[in-house]
Amino acid sequence: MKILSFFRKRASATAARERLQILLAHERASVSGFDLVSVLREEILAVIAKHVQVDSRHVRVKMERGMPVSTLEVDVEIPFDARARAA
Amino acid sequence: MGKVIVVTSGKGGVGKTTSTAAIGAALAQKGDKVVVVDFDVGLRNLDLVMGAERRVVYDLINVIQGEAKLAQALIRDKRLQSLYLLPASQTRDKDKLTPEGVEKVIASLKSAFDWIICDSPAGIERGATLAMRHADAAIVVTNPEVSSVRDSDRIIGLLDSKTVKAEAGERVEKHLLLNRYDPARAASGDMLNVDDVMEILSIPLLGVIPESANILRASNIGSPVTLCDSSSQTAQAYFNAARRLAGEAIPVTIPGEKRSFFGKFFGRKAA
Repeated sequence: MKILSFFRKRASATAARERLQILLAHERASVSGFDLVSVLREEILAVIAKHVQVDSRHVRVKMERGMPVSTLEVDVEIPFDARARAA
Repeated sequence: MGKVIVVTSGKGGVGKTTSTAAIGAALAQKGDKVVVVDFDVGLRNLDLVMGAERRVVYDLINVIQGEAKLAQALIRDKRLQSLYLLPASQTRDKDKLTPEGVEKVIASLKSAFDWIICDSPAGIERGATLAMRHADAAIVVTNPEVSSVRDSDRIIGLLDSKTVKAEAGERVEKHLLLNRYDPARAASGDMLNVDDVMEILSIPLLGVIPESANILRASNIGSPVTLCDSSSQTAQAYFNAARRLAGEAIPVTIPGEKRSFFGKFFGRKAA
């Protein structure tokens, strides 16, 4: 029991440190005033638009931040005859 | 030309005002000419902590509004010849604290003092951003506790983006003042330790102030702790912080840590 309570006590500062590290990694990315997702969205759209005609409303860029990896999800709807129209 | 320091934290109640008073007094005690400026319009307290609450006639807003001259609003400390206080307004509208007015006042203070120490209000609103606006350096007061560390991180972000120096592409020096530190609890793993906080915030350490009854005693009697209890561990920690701020390279000692070699051993067994 003594050993258990010892481990539980040790864990609280460690838990605080870990929670802060994860939280601040998110907040630093989002609060910095630089909206990464919307920049990516614009640039991805521009690249696609060079080759196929797409409607900007049909481009969705979603970022999910997590530990240890973040994922970037890009969802672009390309109309059936887009290639022909762009050409 | 004086150096402008902002004492800031984001979170309230972490010890900005007591630290402003203690470091301001410590710098004055070594002979520098110091003014401590209260930016907490509406909730001023630096006057009370400094023991000058009954001597306030004019304040920062009066000076900004042109209703008083700067020299009329400055209160000279009764104990230290080279220490002055510029109080905040208690009743006025916060919007009267204008960026232009603050800039003018800071410029005049810079030509007359070695140190201009701005006590920031809590939060990240106008008062806090104006207090840091003209800073050459910042003292980020942090408690070893999650909400305080988070808010400090936010404030560090603002110091790097919203200050005159940052906007000019320069760096505002940032210093961590870890306040209300309990070495025994940190050693037993129940409180973030100095290394944890430094690693998370990654700014250099100015000092570690132990949790202590001296601080309450000092504010009860209206005297900076470096004046009324100068031999205490708390006061010594502030003296050292002030010397580091002035550029002296003194190693940071963590109060109570010598004891904790033994304390750790027995403390753990007892747990």
